[in-house]
Amino acid sequence: MTPEELKRLVSQGEAERPEPKHRICVCVAAACLSSNSDQVKQALENELAARGIAPECEVKGVGCMGLCSAGPLVAVEPDGVTYQHVTSTDAAEIVEHLGQQPIERLTCPTETPFFTKQYKIVLENSGIIDPEKIEDYIARDGYTALARVLEDMSPQEVIDEITRSGLRGRGGAGYPTGLKWSTVAKAGGTRKFVICNADEGDPGAFMDRSVLESDPHRVLEGMAIAAYAVGASQGYLYVRAEYPLAVKRLRTAIRQAERLGLLGNNICGTTFSFHVDIRLGAGAFVCGEETALIASIEGKRGQPRPRPPYPAEYGLWGYPTLINNVETFANVAPIIRNGGDWYASIGTEKSKGTKVFALAGAVKNTGLIEVPMGITLREIIFDIGGGIPGGRKFKAVQTGGPSGGCIPEQYMDMPVDYESLAVVGSIMGSGGMIVMDETSCMVDVAKFFMDFCMTESCGKCVPCRVGTAQMYGILQRITSGEATMSELALLEELCDMVKYTSLCGLGQTAPNPVLSTLQYFRDEYIAHIVEKRCPAGVCQMPVREGH
Amino acid sequence: MHFTKPSPPSDDKRWRIVEATMRRHGYDPHALIETLHSVQQTFGYLETESLRYVARALRVPLSKVYGAATFYHFFTLKPQGEHTCVVCMGTACYIKGAPNIVSAISKEYQVQPGETTADGKLSLLTARCIGACGLAPAVVFDGEVAGKVTPEEALERTRRWTSNDA
Ligand SMILES: Cc1cc2nc3c(=O)[nH]c(=O)nc-3n(C[C@H](O)[C@H](O)[C@H](O)COP(=O)(O)O)c2cc1C
Ligand code: SF4
Ligand code: FES
Repeated sequence: MTPEELKRLVSQGEAERPEPKHRICVCVAAACLSSNSDQVKQALENELAARGIAPECEVKGVGCMGLCSAGPLVAVEPDGVTYQHVTSTDAAEIVEHLGQQPIERLTCPTETPFFTKQYKIVLENSGIIDPEKIEDYIARDGYTALARVLEDMSPQEVIDEITRSGLRGRGGAGYPTGLKWSTVAKAGGTRKFVICNADEGDPGAFMDRSVLESDPHRVLEGMAIAAYAVGASQGYLYVRAEYPLAVKRLRTAIRQAERLGLLGNNICGTTFSFHVDIRLGAGAFVCGEETALIASIEGKRGQPRPRPPYPAEYGLWGYPTLINNVETFANVAPIIRNGGDWYASIGTEKSKGTKVFALAGAVKNTGLIEVPMGITLREIIFDIGGGIPGGRKFKAVQTGGPSGGCIPEQYMDMPVDYESLAVVGSIMGSGGMIVMDETSCMVDVAKFFMDFCMTESCGKCVPCRVGTAQMYGILQRITSGEATMSELALLEELCDMVKYTSLCGLGQTAPNPVLSTLQYFRDEYIAHIVEKRCPAGVCQMPVREGH
Repeated sequence: MHFTKPSPPSDDKRWRIVEATMRRHGYDPHALIETLHSVQQTFGYLETESLRYVARALRVPLSKVYGAATFYHFFTLKPQGEHTCVVCMGTACYIKGAPNIVSAISKEYQVQPGETTADGKLSLLTARCIGACGLAPAVVFDGEVAGKVTPEEALERTRRWTSNDA
């Protein structure tokens, strides 16, 4: 199938139903849903029906528009207006104002840095297309990259293009994607697999989920292109069972793509075949680790194994396996469409392109954002995020979830890229970004992550299984005012031991939240231990005599 | 060697759903986790009898089945209460006070997270980020997400469930 034929398929869809005069897009992603956007959508539909203008105007459910804190969000096209905090009682007024002056009371300003400072590649369709309609995706150049690859490019040319783009894995570690693809392509044998890691484990983030729920075809297209490049014909999407909506939309998307011959046998009439199946995760953080994930697909307990051999050589059922993160795959089609050089022109020297972050915590604008690599933390938090609410003071920003660290004020002007974040003791991670003000206790935050790692440790190796429990115990004693300074020394010693002797990334990075808070907020630890006082007033301290 | 498929533990029609899952995977031992998902989705939890049946049907040692069922947090070996209250304990929600919600409910009903009240009315559960960080702290009451929940509001909701026929 040529790109032209793809487009024709779209125009056929359009011929069936004329383009509506107005389109009211209602965000039906998790955050807006929880402020009843489904009721808003229903009210708008009722309103159109009652006025008998349903055919010319359409109400459409779309994926995340980004500014979750202003939800429910409603965008009116082609008027170019976005409304915020919409309730079902606003429906009549919104319909009345179609094509007229926007309703001032509800207008969400879109000229603010929250919107203008973002650069959307992965999220280019989020909040615009209906995730359950393949026509919508194709209308926005979807699957043209796959068609082009199959038509004009050799697998090696595809890999070269990805290598040229400088794309690095978005699952956390930032391994160069082109290099990984080329390793799998070079591996011998005829059976190979492609796996998409959608086990999103960071307990404070939802980037992958949002991509899957808002634009599932983008991930499938990326996987198919990867399969062609490395020579695989079977793919698996490993998705958390806790994401039922993402699973449902993926199933729909796979079915639609198969029907149009964009997945399955003889894709686009070529000899290339690629099937995708979904495998459900079952709530174990460690299954995000690639070897554990593979064990889980094989029906076993998800426990990591030592590497090498890497999955690229010895993966699923012992065959060479390419495993990439959702966001990594989501970048593939745009890179093929616009060229590796285009992608490489965005970002910093070693970190190319954009990164999606789930911005949350003590900032005015919370939600999902996509920014070019190299933007500063200050721009993210104070321009896009709108600063700290309630006149409070910024204290730290946590990136990288349980494997990352807390970055204090003095590094606010540092560019966000893989290397810089590592230098200050954190990591890029998968994209969780939690802002904290002076009401957060850093020891308590470290304890939170240690509790997480302790609970999620798979128990295979001693340093992690026992070490995390010991560290958690000490942190608990510190936060309840029972610890001594010698225990603090022991905590530091344990950090070192667990970091260097654990088998997999979970154990190796578990001490990071403690290490980084100790590095920048040691005085808070000391206050808990020596003065039996929690400076932020979070921890329950014993009442001291004389007070 | 010929393998005769074992029959389900009961003649409950719902076992057909589970059988369909196993058939789709050709009764491959690799389909263990998919099958457990199917059992849990169909019956709400994994009963010991169900585990035995799955073990026989997929020819996987019962110890392995039990191992997988207990390794993954998503699987539960106990039936859930009539109503569920899932408190998000993801980072954003934690920082905005989710632990206070958990302890308020824990105290009121004498249940720890993961437990169900003795009368089977309410299960208190915790989750990681549910994608509503902008509205932290978030709680899911019987599948419905609510944002910016205070401990008092959470108790108000759960009391509606637990006091209606008291
Ligand atoms: C404990 C642990 C948890 C992980 N969780 C995830 C995850 O949730 N999603 C993900 O894509 N990668 C995760 N990873 C990284 C994967 O092992 C792997 O590096 C990644 O999927 C590779 O894809 P990429 O090159 O596209 O980043 C995790 C690693 C470790 C050690
Ligand atoms: S480091 Fe922890 S999670 Fe990783 S294999 Fe060892 S015990 Fe399991
Ligand atoms: S941390 Fe609770 S919704 Fe994200």
